[in-house]
Amino acid sequence: MSASTTLIQAADTSHRPLTTSLFILVVLVTIGITIWASRQTKTATDYYAGGRSFTGVQNGFAVAGDYMSAASFLGISGAIALTGYDGFLYSIGFLVAWLVALLLVAELLRNSGRYTMADQLAFRMRQRPVRTAASVSTVVVSIFYLLAQMVGAGLLVSLLLEVDSDAAKNLTIVAVGALMIFYVTVGGMKGTTWVQIVKAVLLMGGTILITILVLAQFDFNISAMLGGAADNSGAGQAFLEPGLKYGVDTTTKIDFLSLGLALVLGTAGLPHILIRFYTVPTAKQARSSVLWAISLIGAFYLMTLVLGFGAAALLSEGAYGQVADSAGNLASPLLAEEVGGGPGSNGGAILLALIAAVAFATILAVVAGLTLTSASSVAHDIYANVIRRGKATERDEVKVARGAAIAIGAVAIALSIPAKNLNIAFLVALAFAVAASANVPALVYNLFWKRFNTRGALWSIYGGLTSAVVLVFFSPVVSGGGVDANGKNLSLFPTDVDFHWFPLDNPGIVSIPLGFLLGFIGTITVRDRTAEEKYDELDVRALTGAGAEKATSH
Amino acid sequence: MVEETSAQQHDAYERIHASDEFAELKRRYIGFAFPWTVAFMVWYLLYVVASNWATDFMDTQVVGNINVALVFGLGQFVSTFLIAWLYARHANRSLDPISAKLRAEYDEEVNR
Repeated sequence: MSASTTLIQAADTSHRPLTTSLFILVVLVTIGITIWASRQTKTATDYYAGGRSFTGVQNGFAVAGDYMSAASFLGISGAIALTGYDGFLYSIGFLVAWLVALLLVAELLRNSGRYTMADQLAFRMRQRPVRTAASVSTVVVSIFYLLAQMVGAGLLVSLLLEVDSDAAKNLTIVAVGALMIFYVTVGGMKGTTWVQIVKAVLLMGGTILITILVLAQFDFNISAMLGGAADNSGAGQAFLEPGLKYGVDTTTKIDFLSLGLALVLGTAGLPHILIRFYTVPTAKQARSSVLWAISLIGAFYLMTLVLGFGAAALLSEGAYGQVADSAGNLASPLLAEEVGGGPGSNGGAILLALIAAVAFATILAVVAGLTLTSASSVAHDIYANVIRRGKATERDEVKVARGAAIAIGAVAIALSIPAKNLNIAFLVALAFAVAASANVPALVYNLFWKRFNTRGALWSIYGGLTSAVVLVFFSPVVSGGGVDANGKNLSLFPTDVDFHWFPLDNPGIVSIPLGFLLGFIGTITVRDRTAEEKYDELDVRALTGAGAEKATSH
Repeated sequence: MVEETSAQQHDAYERIHASDEFAELKRRYIGFAFPWTVAFMVWYLLYVVASNWATDFMDTQVVGNINVALVFGLGQFVSTFLIAWLYARHANRSLDPISAKLRAEYDEEVNR
């Protein structure tokens, strides 16, 4: 019997009409927001950067909404519910990473760029090659991330609505894809930002509610909750200690170190996060965005600790089995049902439906941000600057951006449908690894190293990108990873295919130093006086905001 | 080839870059950002390494079911919040006044 049929038989479906209604409500509200936003989107700056008129608080919520994907909402609480302490290790890397963005990137990028990650490099380098490289990397990172989200969406909606068929998953993928294309083409950055703000508020609200209900069950005694989780999980104290997942042998330990590096360095190189800093009027507001984002994301990950350990402590054996079958994704929804009064109760049905709707809103907001990011890069970097050499009109540029959003959305749908039953969870970690290996070296060198030049930028971007992707292709997540305890294939390819030679799932420990090294070697082997002379301008502009792009006013 | 700036903008940038105030701004910024980046990276990697290779230490119970691993992990949250707050304070007090002044000078020179 497959995992999903067990699920349907075991689960009580009384929440389904309510869940469906809430999903529809989320869709209607976000469509309303998008149409409203479209009326205020006139110029290219409006389309790409929401007119740079968002406040730090608003953008902070949007950043948090863009960053906290379903993978962190359902995935991390699920990982904690199943592997205890090791699930928590993820969230720490995801949070600490924001200090890199705060201290080294956000404000300087806001001051020196316009619409895309490439702007900042193109400021002092040869436009066409550098923009092409940055755009390739942007699109690759965003598509990896997007595929993981969309396949996740298909899986999740079928889990949450308890309709398990390929047709239902396909329908979900197409619907999510169509909605994200709608948000991005019609609402632009303004619509996307508001969708993300609404999602962040829903996510925080829902998480706070469940956290309080869980803690109340233990009279707000954390130690008692942890004890309950240790006993109920069957692992005892080991459940509360590091090592259950990553402590198996030296390879898994090095793998975890490699993942940790990619998480902490990758965030500041994720293109969909970087372009959020252009939506505020000043560097000071960009700083305030990150401070808000750190507060929200930090509070959220602290609460996932309660959700994860709470799920391990409170769920019945049957429900805990369902969590394991869903690879952890059902931990939060089933926990919500449990603390709402248990399966079959009205309270349980309401909370389960609520959390399901929050998860759905989460997916929509993240995929919209990713689509907008790649479409902006294709239109602004490739079309306007590489093909038209900066001679395209704003109207044409925005038209191309809208077309690119439709094309990227269509590609994402077309790739997600055949991939829907494959194990592609590794794509999120890969996106972080590429961002850390390709984008971060180029951005950091460009801001802080006068000598850095076009060749250095190309070598670090292409070198970091290629090494991360190639290493993952020959790693156990693609082939030869074996099966887990439930017989589930751990690789992308069928179990009888095995061409892996790289031992780690995460390439960061090799590809990140390589990206930095290649950027260094590429730079010192050639002298580029123009890039060096322009550095003084970049330096002043990045640090003071003199001559930086201003907000538009209507 | 590179992004165009007018001669007037170029002169203003060059003058500001050569000024003592800008040198001071850059010194203050780097003086905070670089050491703190090294510090939180080392602190984070120490945590990752300890989770991997110092398990006996991490498993030590502190109070009830709360062990060193949990305290160390929560410590990463506290340090992140703290460094973010320190940076915001530093930027508001020591960086913003200089950058605002230089920005105003630039606007005046370019729009003359």
